Amino acid sequence: MSSTAHGHAASVGNGHDAPAGHHHNPGFIEKYLWSTDHKMIGFQYLFTGMAMALIGGFTVYAFRMQIAFPGMSIPGYGRVTAGDYNALVTTHGTVMIFWVAMPVLIAALGNYLIPLMIGCDDMVFPRLNRLSYQIFLVSALVLISSFFVEGGAFGGAWTSYPPLSSKSQYNLTGVGSTLWVVAVALEFVAFLLGGINFVTTVMNSRAPGMKLWDVPIVVWMIVLASILFMASVGPLVAGAVMLIFDQNFHTGFFDPVKGGDPVLWQHLFWFFGHPEVYVVLLPAMGIVAEVITVFSRKRLFAQRTVIMTAIAVGIISFFVWAHHQFVAGIDPRMANVFSVTTLIISIPVAEMVFVYIGTLYGGSIRLTTPMLWALAFIAEFLLGGVTGIFLGASGADIYFHDTYFVLAHFHYTFFPIAFIAVFAAITHWFPKMFGRTLNETFGKVHFWGTVIPFNCIFIPLFVLGVRGDHRRIYDYRHFPDSMQAGMQDLRVFATLSLVVLLAFQVVFLVNFFYSMFKGPKAPANPWHANTLEWAAPSPPPHGNFPEGLPTVYRGPYEYSHPDRKEDYWPQHIAPEGA
Amino acid sequence: MIRPVATTREMTGMPTGRLAVWWVIASEIVIFGGVLGSYIMHRIGHPEWEYQAAHTNTMAGAFNTVVLLTSSLAAVLAHNAAEQKNGPKAARFLMLTCLGGFIFLVVKSVEWTNEIHHGYTLASSTFWSFYYMAAGLHGLHVIAGMVIMLFVAADARKNKELQRVENIGIYWHFVDLVWIFLFPLLYIAK
Repeated sequence: MSSTAHGHAASVGNGHDAPAGHHHNPGFIEKYLWSTDHKMIGFQYLFTGMAMALIGGFTVYAFRMQIAFPGMSIPGYGRVTAGDYNALVTTHGTVMIFWVAMPVLIAALGNYLIPLMIGCDDMVFPRLNRLSYQIFLVSALVLISSFFVEGGAFGGAWTSYPPLSSKSQYNLTGVGSTLWVVAVALEFVAFLLGGINFVTTVMNSRAPGMKLWDVPIVVWMIVLASILFMASVGPLVAGAVMLIFDQNFHTGFFDPVKGGDPVLWQHLFWFFGHPEVYVVLLPAMGIVAEVITVFSRKRLFAQRTVIMTAIAVGIISFFVWAHHQFVAGIDPRMANVFSVTTLIISIPVAEMVFVYIGTLYGGSIRLTTPMLWALAFIAEFLLGGVTGIFLGASGADIYFHDTYFVLAHFHYTFFPIAFIAVFAAITHWFPKMFGRTLNETFGKVHFWGTVIPFNCIFIPLFVLGVRGDHRRIYDYRHFPDSMQAGMQDLRVFATLSLVVLLAFQVVFLVNFFYSMFKGPKAPANPWHANTLEWAAPSPPPHGNFPEGLPTVYRGPYEYSHPDRKEDYWPQHIAPEGA
Repeated sequence: MIRPVATTREMTGMPTGRLAVWWVIASEIVIFGGVLGSYIMHRIGHPEWEYQAAHTNTMAGAFNTVVLLTSSLAAVLAHNAAEQKNGPKAARFLMLTCLGGFIFLVVKSVEWTNEIHHGYTLASSTFWSFYYMAAGLHGLHVIAGMVIMLFVAADARKNKELQRVENIGIYWHFVDLVWIFLFPLLYIAK
């Protein structure tokens, strides 16, 4: 046996020391609420994210119904006033990005998967991890509490541009607007702590033998996303402090009368806001890479290229932010520069899509539910990416800016990221997470019941956007140009499709919670996958690998290797004769 | 809580604690970068701010710069003592570093009280808004560093967790470095 085998033996010993904790029976609070176990913290993030998604879904239901049937009493909500409408739009955007996409894609999946996939027993800082979730939970509670203060929840849109966001005589939600900033800032703190933990863990605590290229793509992507988040959020933290001061202490950081500048906020916000798109995109891309290799039974095509491409995307994403400000009075020469950088960033992203299609080519594809989601991600995200080209070109953007075209483009990127990829991840790792199997038929019903209505919502919105429909309008009846033939019909169609989409989520929730307790028991490696999490039992106990922490002998994507009888070759299986 | 195996691994060759401190600093650099970048852009656009900046107390700022730099020297000596496994000595030097931070804060509060008495408050103009926000954010970091340092010193006195002496030292140097940027930008630039 080689020297690595000795290292393995040593780590086996340690592996038995570490999970000693699982011999005593922790109480309910210690196990579910005060746990330092990365898997439990991942679940805390997951379930909090799912609960917040219900809020995000309910708010969009209420304000879309107001758009389709203005002035009507909405079943389950009542009449939507103009103030309500602003608060609902703002809350939908904020919640879906900061309290659904971020916690589920990065925090929940990162926490759950990273230690398992790199073959160690926990994060390097378990208590910091717990603190990160607790701060996140407080941030969610602060945001929800803003519904119950005088004036109600913040109504200045999720981008929170001053002066609308900085002066309560404009947004009419004085307390709510400060609570909003505080909640967002707290959430950033939570993710900074979590991100430092992720990056440090992957850098220092990989299984013996696991070189950087042996780290699965999804882990790479979550780490890159964490670094991207860390490198971009700082200016917005500073901006959040300035905004709170402007709101409450009469400073004028964003007030030209006092020597400030409202566009400063747009710079600070989008310097974070655009890399943020890639902060959530990269983990989604990583999930899709894992799922399509497993269900194509084929090596990931150009694995190193994907990683280098992701790094390139991360770097370029810092030079595109001003494409959100083409109509904010920026110098046209600067607009040209940002048009070019924006078009450039579509190249590496498109490259990733090609790599995934290259992986599918010649594979023996298995159309399981996670695979359907992964394929849908590629198709739908592609539409989102292509429509982005129109908006990146400054000339076209001047027409499209703040129309439903932008909104539809944005949702064609974000819905695949925050929902389609997440459903791929949940259906793929569910057997590992809960030790039980989801129902495939229900899974496919949910899949089609989500993807078809999704397109039925946003294709009409593209059409409306091209016809000049401005976003964030409470009641289109006041705008004759927006009430031309067929336009209201498209709005009604989109809204009814939304209701159908929301209804089909019940299928998912039933399948999820029923299977969690009553589903057929899952084996340790139901998909015959290579990565290390499948070497642990389903569900993994405290300490993850009861037979000792694994050693890694090869990359994560050795499927259909010609020298092997089985079509997969797990990373931790020692080569024969070694 | 039992320390997981993960915490003890060192694949990069750098101990996990120190690695994490560098990442903390990386994320802090961007926060201060945002503040200072915004300030510099405004300052370029508003040459008239020099009349406001003329009212800052450059001598007090210079004195504080010396104090902070000296306290960083004490942090280095603490690290040196920790390397020699001399925990109590490291703890004494850390307390000295804390003393430096304390003097810095006292000078700062005298300075601010004076300025506020002369009518230069947070909201009197955007220069003063930046002045109080940037220095205040830095001051919070000084306070946080001191609090952590007291905990580290308490452990070091018992020869426990000596590697943390270096980690808090790295953080303290960073706080120092931020001040090196703040001092000329807020006090000297006229």
